[in-house]
Formats: sequence, structure tokens, C-alpha cells
Amino acid sequence: MNELPQQLVNGLLLGSMYGLVAIGYTMVYGIVQLINFAHGEIFMTGAFGALTIYVYVLPDGTSMWIALPLMLIGAALVATTIAVGAERFAYRPLRNAPRLAPLITAIGLSLALQQAVWAWYPEAKSARTFPEIPGGPFEIGNVTIQTGDIFLLIAAPISMAFLAYFVMKTRTGRGMQATAQDPDTAKLMGINTDRIIVVAFALGAIFAAVGGVAYGLKYGQIDFRMGFILGLKAFTAAVLGGIGNIYGAMIGGVVLGIAETLATAYIADIPGMDKFGSQSWADVWAFVLLILVLLFRPQGLLGERVADRA
Amino acid sequence: MTALLEVEDLRVAYGKIEAVKGISFKVDAGEVVTLIGTNGAGKTTTLRTLSGLLKPVGGQIKFNGKSLKKIPAHNIVSLGLAHSPEGRHIFPRMTIEDNLRLGAFLRNDKPGIEKDIQRAYDLFPILGERRKQAAGTLSGGEQQMLAMGRALMSQPKLLMLDEPSMGLSPIMMQKIMATIAELKSQGTTILLVEQNAQAALSLADHGHVMEIGKIVLSGTGQDLLHDESVRKAYLGED
Repeated sequence: MNELPQQLVNGLLLGSMYGLVAIGYTMVYGIVQLINFAHGEIFMTGAFGALTIYVYVLPDGTSMWIALPLMLIGAALVATTIAVGAERFAYRPLRNAPRLAPLITAIGLSLALQQAVWAWYPEAKSARTFPEIPGGPFEIGNVTIQTGDIFLLIAAPISMAFLAYFVMKTRTGRGMQATAQDPDTAKLMGINTDRIIVVAFALGAIFAAVGGVAYGLKYGQIDFRMGFILGLKAFTAAVLGGIGNIYGAMIGGVVLGIAETLATAYIADIPGMDKFGSQSWADVWAFVLLILVLLFRPQGLLGERVADRA
Repeated sequence: MTALLEVEDLRVAYGKIEAVKGISFKVDAGEVVTLIGTNGAGKTTTLRTLSGLLKPVGGQIKFNGKSLKKIPAHNIVSLGLAHSPEGRHIFPRMTIEDNLRLGAFLRNDKPGIEKDIQRAYDLFPILGERRKQAAGTLSGGEQQMLAMGRALMSQPKLLMLDEPSMGLSPIMMQKIMATIAELKSQGTTILLVEQNAQAALSLADHGHVMEIGKIVLSGTGQDLLHDESVRKAYLGED
């Protein structure tokens, strides 16, 4: 089994992408207890924002090394605008409504965003080609890293370090922690909790946008449905890690990515299981893992017990 | 001279149910005023309205000559009104020191903040000993100390304490009350809500007795402490 290191690296890369998107789910949930089911579409629109910059803004043949930073900015701008707009006009008016109302709104928004891209983005009725980073794959020992994955390898740890710094060290970050633990008391400290909620949506969107660019580079194409399954996976990662916990989101993502990759690679070797190892079973194994975690450790890997919220 | 806090005909409702039905009282700088009464009298509702967490349906609140009615909760603390809420509400997953720092969230004077943290530790030495410990691991009395210390971190002109003795052992309760007396002697203006009428009235310059949303009796702390109806209803005498 000398391909095991390769499979672990593949899983780690896939999982980091899940983790980037999971951060947005977990941060928003931690602060307003809303599962923002439109977050997968925030990720998708981020990818289309990056594509727009490359195809429609920059001149043909711009080097990827110049284009990529601009594409990231475009992705982040589009994703943040949509996420903050959704918070302001869709979720905030429902802040005191029964929990089901914002949840259904989120699902509606998710479908609306998919259909909007399908209907109005040029040639988006089928997948669109995403630009590639030039250069061949890299070999480290007997592990190959595809060029498209290099971005993920660099962007995921930087994003995570930035987030940890932001939450632990900045004033807004401490305001965020306080709001997540006790919103009314946070107000008594002088924390503008409405603004904190906007920051949580915006930050989540930026990480989703980075994830969207990573997806495009990894798979070479993007489409209006890409946020659906990936959003579900990222949400699974957030629950797996312990929803509300930002480190949990990243760890949950990596665990999910590795589990899914290993299951796809090795389950077929088990006698009698040869049918269940194909790529189309990967999603099944991911959700089986979710069910197992919910059965045996409902608070997630790093989750707090719910009791201490009371 | 105008009072530091002036409440006039304040009315607060939860939906159609009026919890505070037109109360008026004032707090002068340097004094301790207490609201006493049973559960459901509207004492906590009154404090939560003063700090902006609830919006009144009628009446006036003037603090330092300024109306608080339209000011959002997160801006009220910067005017000098600090609130240590009922049930303490410390941030359980943060350290004691981080809780205190959050009390100074709006301040920018770093040396001043460090000095005030030290002052909180002088006032409550146990907090200093455990400064790096998660606040959720403290006992009820220690959490109460932290909640009071945190409220003081904003350098308030008026400190509102909601049921500081709730659920505490008699010894811990005495400690908390002694601290309130100490704060009073240092010149802190305090609005104290208590169910422990004996302790609150012995400390207070003025007191108001609340019953189902109304102030039914007012007087100096000593007057109320010796008032026959108060003794019967709240001090457990027949």
C-alpha cells in the first residue's frame, strides 16, 4: 500500500477545501444559530466572481500570477456582497421569527442564487472552464501534487492562521466571541452585535470565495450547481468538528476529506465490497461518517456540550 | 441640582402584558438606591430597559440630562451606565481576565485598563488568583464578583446590580454586600435590585418597594427597614 501517503495528501487537500467553506457555516451558526444553507451558493458565486475577472475584465493572456490575486479579490467582493446583502435583507428581518422561517429563507435563497447564475451568467447553463495555473505537477517523494492543488496547499493554512489571529487578538474578534457566548450581555459591554453579525457573514463569505477559487483551480471547471453538494459536505464538516467552533470546522473538513478519499480508495479491496469503492459512493461514505459522529459524539469532535449555553 | 438618573412614568410591556406600569424614581450622584420586591414585580425589567435591552412603551429615562429612549443598548454603556445582569451572565468560555477586558471593550486607555484590572483583583483577590481560568469554572459567588468587577471596568457613573446575592451561600452573600458597601464608601453611585430586602435596605440611601409593575412605597433605606408593612411582607415578620 505505498499509495497511502498519496491518498492521505489527496484527502488533506480535499478536506482543506471543505474546511474553508465550513468556517462560514460554523461562524454564522455560532453567532445567530442559523444554518445558512445558501452558504454553498456564496462559495459558487465567489468562483464565478473570479471567473468574471479573468474572462471579462483582464486582457486575454494575462499571466496567472498577476490574474490570481485579482481573481481572489473579485471572488471575495462578489461573495461578500451577496452574503452581507442576504443578512441585511433576508435574515435580519427574521431575527426574532421562529427558527424555521430563516432556515426556509436560506434554502429559498440557495435555489434563487443557483437559478440566477444559470439564467443570467453568460454560457453558464453548462460548466464553464476555469483558468489553470501553468506548470507541471510536483513530486515530493512518491507523492504527486497537482498544480491546481498548490493554491489550496498555500491558501488554506494562511486563511486559518488569519482567522485564528482575527478571532483571538483583534477587538472585533473578541466582540465576536462574546456575542457567540451571550449576545445580550455582549451589548451590555458596548458591543454592537448587529455589526458583529455582518462581520461574521462577510468573513465566512471571504473564506468561501477562497474555497471557490480553489475548487475552480482543482477541477478546471465551475458550474451553477457546484455549491450544492460541496455546501452539504462543508456543513457536514462543520457539524463533524463541532458546530460553532472555527478550529472544529477546519479539522472536521480535513477528517471528512481524508475519510472520503480513503473510503473511495480502499473499500473496494474488502472482499464483497467491490461495488462500493467507486467515486459515486464517496458522498455516501461522507454522510455515513456524519451519522456515526452524530450517534456517538453529537457535539462534534471539538464541540462544547450544549448545556453550557444555558 | 438634577439627578444622575431620572425615570418618569416608565412603562414596559412584553407583547400585550405590561410588566412595568408607570414607575418614577431618581438616583442622585453618590447615593445607593434600591428596588426591592418579590419575583415578577418588574425590577429586572426596569434595569433591562434602563440599559437598552428592552424598549419602553412609554415614559421618560434621563441619564445625566440626556434621554436614553432612542439610544441602542451598545451605546448606553459608553454614557456611563453599567449593568451587572441578573444571573451574572459572565462569558463562561473566556478567562477571568478576558471577561474583565470585555468590560472595558470601549476604552482605549491601555494603562488605565491595566490599572482597573488590578483594582478589580484588589477588590476580589480570588479573581486575581484565578485570572487565567475559564470563568465558567468559578463558583456562583465568584462569578458574581466577576460580573461586578466586569461592570466596573467601564468606569461607570452609575452601576446597576441585579440580584447580586441570588443563589449565594450566606457567607458569600455577606461578602458581596460588604463589597457593595465598600464601593459606596468610595463614592460609586449604585442602583441595586434585590430580593434580600434586609441587606439592601441597610445599605441604601433610598429604597422603593415594587409590586406587580408599580412602586407602592418609597422612602429612605432606614425608614423602609423600620416600616411595618415592609417588615411583614419582605422581612418575614408576623
